[in-house]
Amino acid sequence: MTFSPELEARFEKLLTSYPPGRQRSALIPMLLYAQDEVGSVSDEVIDEVARRIGVTPLQVNEVLSYYTMLHRKPMGKYHVQVCTNISCLLNGGDKLWEHVCKRLDLGNKEVTEDGQISIEEVECMGACSWAPAIQVNYDFHHFVTPEKLDEILDGLRKKQ
Amino acid sequence: MLYNEPSPLETRVLTRRFGIPNAASIDVYLATEGYQAFLKAARMKPEEIIEEVKISNLRGRGGAGFPTGMKWSFVPRSSPKPKYIVVNGDEGEPGTCKDRVLIENDPHQLIEGVLIAGLAVDAHAGYVYIRGEYRYLIEALEKAIGEAYAKGWLGKNIQGTGFDFDLYAHTGAGSYECGEESALLESLEGKRGVPRIRPPFPAVVGAFQCPTVLNNVETYCAVPAILRDGGAAFAALGLPKAGGTKMTCLSGHVNKPGVYELPLGFPVMKMINEVGGGIRGGRKLKAMIPGGSSCPVLTAAECEGATMDYDSMAGRKTMLGSGGVIILDDQTCMVKAAMRLMRFYSHESCGWCIPCREGTTWLRKILVRFHEGGGTRTDIDLIGDIAKNMLGRTFCPLGDAAAMPTIAFVEKFREEFEDHLNGKPCPYENATHLVTA
Amino acid sequence: MADLVNLTIDGKAVQAAPGTLVIDAAKTVGVEIPAFCYYEGLSLQAACRMCLVEVEKMPKLMTACTLPVAEGMVVRTETPQVAAARKYMLEFLLTNHPLDCPVCDKGGECELQDMTFRYGIGESRFTDEKAHTPEKQFSPVVFYDAPRCILCYRCVRICNEGLGVGALGVINRGVVSEIAPNKGDHLECDECGACIDICPVGALTSGIYRYKTRPWEMTHVGTVCTHCADGCKTTLGTRNDRILRGNNRDSSGVSDGFLCIKGRYAFDFYDHPERLTTPLARKNGKLEEVSWAEALEITARKFRENLDARGAFGVIGSNHTTNEENYYLQKFARQVLGTNHIDHHRTGDVVALFDALGEGGSAGREKLATVADLYKLKAVLILGADLALEHPLLSFQVRANYRHHRAHIYAVTPGSVREDKYSAMSIRVGAPAGSAGSGPRWEPVSGSGSADGDPSGFYHPRNAEVSTADYFAALEHLRDKLKAEPELVILFDDSFQGNDVRRLVEFGNSLGIPVRWVCLVDYSNSRGALDMGIAPELLPGYEPSGQPGMRLHEMLAAPLGALWVVGANPYEPAPGGTSPERRAGFLVVQDMFLTETARLADVVLPAASSYEKNGTFTNVTGELQRLKRAVNVMGTKPDLEIIGFIAREMGAAAALGPWAPDAVFEEIRKNVRGYDVPAPVIASGGAAQTAPLNGRIAVEAAPGLVRSEHNGLFASGTLGRYSRVLNSVLESRVGR
Ligand SMILES: Cc1cc2nc3c(=O)[nH]c(=O)nc-3n(C[C@H](O)[C@H](O)[C@H](O)COP(=O)(O)O)c2cc1C
Ligand code: SF4
Ligand code: FES
Repeated sequence: MTFSPELEARFEKLLTSYPPGRQRSALIPMLLYAQDEVGSVSDEVIDEVARRIGVTPLQVNEVLSYYTMLHRKPMGKYHVQVCTNISCLLNGGDKLWEHVCKRLDLGNKEVTEDGQISIEEVECMGACSWAPAIQVNYDFHHFVTPEKLDEILDGLRKKQ
Repeated sequence: MLYNEPSPLETRVLTRRFGIPNAASIDVYLATEGYQAFLKAARMKPEEIIEEVKISNLRGRGGAGFPTGMKWSFVPRSSPKPKYIVVNGDEGEPGTCKDRVLIENDPHQLIEGVLIAGLAVDAHAGYVYIRGEYRYLIEALEKAIGEAYAKGWLGKNIQGTGFDFDLYAHTGAGSYECGEESALLESLEGKRGVPRIRPPFPAVVGAFQCPTVLNNVETYCAVPAILRDGGAAFAALGLPKAGGTKMTCLSGHVNKPGVYELPLGFPVMKMINEVGGGIRGGRKLKAMIPGGSSCPVLTAAECEGATMDYDSMAGRKTMLGSGGVIILDDQTCMVKAAMRLMRFYSHESCGWCIPCREGTTWLRKILVRFHEGGGTRTDIDLIGDIAKNMLGRTFCPLGDAAAMPTIAFVEKFREEFEDHLNGKPCPYENATHLVTA
Repeated sequence: MADLVNLTIDGKAVQAAPGTLVIDAAKTVGVEIPAFCYYEGLSLQAACRMCLVEVEKMPKLMTACTLPVAEGMVVRTETPQVAAARKYMLEFLLTNHPLDCPVCDKGGECELQDMTFRYGIGESRFTDEKAHTPEKQFSPVVFYDAPRCILCYRCVRICNEGLGVGALGVINRGVVSEIAPNKGDHLECDECGACIDICPVGALTSGIYRYKTRPWEMTHVGTVCTHCADGCKTTLGTRNDRILRGNNRDSSGVSDGFLCIKGRYAFDFYDHPERLTTPLARKNGKLEEVSWAEALEITARKFRENLDARGAFGVIGSNHTTNEENYYLQKFARQVLGTNHIDHHRTGDVVALFDALGEGGSAGREKLATVADLYKLKAVLILGADLALEHPLLSFQVRANYRHHRAHIYAVTPGSVREDKYSAMSIRVGAPAGSAGSGPRWEPVSGSGSADGDPSGFYHPRNAEVSTADYFAALEHLRDKLKAEPELVILFDDSFQGNDVRRLVEFGNSLGIPVRWVCLVDYSNSRGALDMGIAPELLPGYEPSGQPGMRLHEMLAAPLGALWVVGANPYEPAPGGTSPERRAGFLVVQDMFLTETARLADVVLPAASSYEKNGTFTNVTGELQRLKRAVNVMGTKPDLEIIGFIAREMGAAAALGPWAPDAVFEEIRKNVRGYDVPAPVIASGGAAQTAPLNGRIAVEAAPGLVRSEHNGLFASGTLGRYSRVLNSVLESRVGR
């Protein structure tokens, strides 16, 4: 399986970042970075990463299924993550979540038919003092109101 | 970038560069006494560095509050194995968002703190473990690391001191448990985030089976100031038994939520009313979670006279924790708060040990049902009982972190649980919580 | 020992070696600390929290399974606090565990049931909905029911650490964590079933046994596996004369609890529809069913006629009948039939080894390794065999030795082997078939840490051309390393025969360290057949017979008056070849199936399998263990009885003595060198090493006679063909 030259460079650096014989350390970063490029941790990604690190696909699967940010199926091009944990909840994070579900007619971890947007209810993501917060892919949006959320979603639609 | 206005009541030591244009660049850092503490430490004996940290009374800022100097002294310097410095930047404790600010605004302060730790324990490589959600920080930190290499503050023979050090940024991928030190090490080694059997502790057998210093981001960030101004000066900022300042993340129902650097021992009410600008919408304080969701909640009455430090909180059977202060107003449903937190803990339980895996799940089921109006009177005692049965019996402290706040919610707000009985709708369901526009 | 640690557990004084875990120390004074995840020999987990105990001066309860003893430690296991911890831990477990005990295979022998009975609470406080996920089939023999799983990780560890396969893992996290197989939705592994055996609850169940019975309705009979030469004990669970399962629940014999797929499941040949249950006799050129009386009468009459006519007799014995049967058979052949044409299919050159070791009149038992030695001695050298596939128990022992004692393992083999993963050094010998080049060919390969190869369980035919010169060159390369070892076990297979074995022993002697030996052989009683003198040149106990006699292949080719084949299939065509032509005037075959040999016979006598008889087997390391009859198959008879009946029919019974297994065993103990083993050890299900070594064995070497089948995990000579389990695993693999 081939990756972009940038990703290959990143992998190469990762594989030399750890003590000799400890390449397995690169596993989680490699999976996350590969997912960013490929869209999900597909079977091919598993096999390829397993091969490069020298572990079995089962060992990769054990690890990847542990981490919530790694997905076996592709999420939308824009993955909208709404925090409903305590600090966000106190500021209406749960209402934001209800709002986005209704507006897109999606459930947790579901993707719009066109594959553009997916939503996920997530745990605290470290934006408590600027709650409620959402993340679109890796971009934070703070102090989000339902209106602001609509604007963000509209913006995503326009970007397509 | 800052997300909130600083407060005049802050004591700005770790945040002293915040607000300076381009604060994160190495040029600004070097222009503002940056890396001078490292150079000073490089001329000291390792024992002297550790002694200075001990004098500073610095206690770990990740949650457990273990004295940092003492932790460093446990590393067997004479061991023939390589030693490692690991930075805990997993910041997963609900209510906590300070490490993020520290790395984003002043990454070189962290790098310098790590270098000094390296000098103290004879380590020559370090890893900064950053939660996957903070992806932008990986780029930011890698940029800073790149600058430091370029200017000779990382790599071989740093600034002619003869000291070599390599530093790497390492991403997580979504797991609160990976903030627990031994689970973090497993994750760093490319495994499931399941904690390790201890002893041995990381200081002796840590990353890659080698002696390892593992501290929170904020802990390392305090180290340059300690070396620069002296341990005693740092200690004097706080209380006799807890030196320095604490990054405090105010969130919830205050007018001015934000991350503030406050000296240890700062009065709680002053923090809420003056730093935080008081309770929003003119409402009243109902309760406060002092240090992230794992710390038992304090009632408004208990907040009176309390100060933000380890002993004052311990005296109230709670903890200073990670500095995530969550303010709950009088329109907050405590059952809902307890329920939401238990959803979190059962989602984040690694599943290794029975009491945590099954206890959090059972509690989640009861609390969800309870909040929806399906609770019975016996459930109230059962909730407290299940939590007590988890307490002290789990493999790692996550189980306790889930149990302790639950016990406090039930004990301190029992009448709110009773208000939900017999199919009654949640009394606060229609309370509007302002969302800052 | 001076450095024992003193502590007290429940007020009892305990002494234990430093490093001993409290949970084990407690056992020594009869204090049982409950545990799910702790399993002796496997890595520590501290996951189930059942073993929490109170320790003075420690603020919290401690897990006895990870806590090493310390001087002056005071442990309490019966305080109210400990009792509460156990009680509520079980309550937690039962919140998600389905209460389908009445239909669960494990019901009645379930550790969770037992613990709940002893330590649990009566009523359930859990009223919410339990999680449910459908059961999964991982392989023809392994099923997994996630809701029943208590996540003790025993299965994962036994597969990874014990078997070195690593086919099971844990996926997901928290309460939805579950066990997953290595190939997405299915397993590709040794199919040894150790995971099922070790599961404390009914989460992993056996495709063979599930929903067949309740455990308490079975009778449990401890006997010896009939497949390979390792001699694992297997406990057969039977009901109404049917075998329902195999495990080794009493952990007796050489193997503790270990079994491979053959020992655990491949007993199922016994009720194969093609199993012979009536004697056959050739009439008008066709084999027809006859009564036992008629079959025995024909046989005895033909034997008598051949005797009277001074015709030659040939006798072919078996490497999976009992010692008693082989002993009695050779006695019959030599004393009644007056022939020394007696032999069997040899699979390892044991004779050459004993001869070489006997140099200088040496009688040393200490030169022969036991199964236990493979776990104890500091270094192990494997020559030729793919041990994990051909000798699963031996390889298990070697692996455990490495895991627990960091023993140095050396593997010199033609193909890659599982030992490579942890060997101190592995060497590949030989070169691909047909490749040119001269001189010895060998190459060290980097072993440790290399990713898993092919966990298939198939023995891979060697497409390398290997000569003993290659081996000896590789051994020279290892010489210095081996010399530096404090002690060594050497295991070799049929790659070494005759003078090569002698040369190998010289190499071993030249190392100047204590060396113990194992000559690898194939079948359940291959060693016993030689020990009992099923060879023209040898009487029982390696006494030279001093008489000429035909070897097996010579008998097939000779126009004998009568040929008697007991439990062997010499007319089986060689792979890709044809069967040899039958030359004997009269052919009698005792077997379980209508094999190629039986098809050629004049009389076929349906024999009992080794699960249907009493007696003893001697395993590859010369350890003697007892067989116990588990079931009867109507119409069949044990070979010993058949031989006895033929003797009686011929009027020779008195001369031969009784043919009861115990009586013959007593005779063996008295007469066969090295077999004077302690009877109680054997009677109680234990293993005793025989000591056949006593000086040189002055017989003519016959190289080329020895041929190992190198059966993999899913093959077992003729028997394997009739095992549905082995076949279904083979099919499931080939089908993919
Ligand atoms: C469940 C759990 C989660 C934790 N998460 C974090 C975290 O996100 N960041 C952190 O620094 N420490 C966290 N800790 C505390 C660490 O285990 C450890 O005590 C700390 O990193 C040590 O650094 P310090 O001494 O500088 O505080 C967590 C502990 C537990 C039990
Ligand atoms: S308490 Fe147990 S299940 Fe929970 S996170 Fe720790 S080890 Fe995992
Ligand atoms: S046996 Fe100790 S925790 Fe399971």
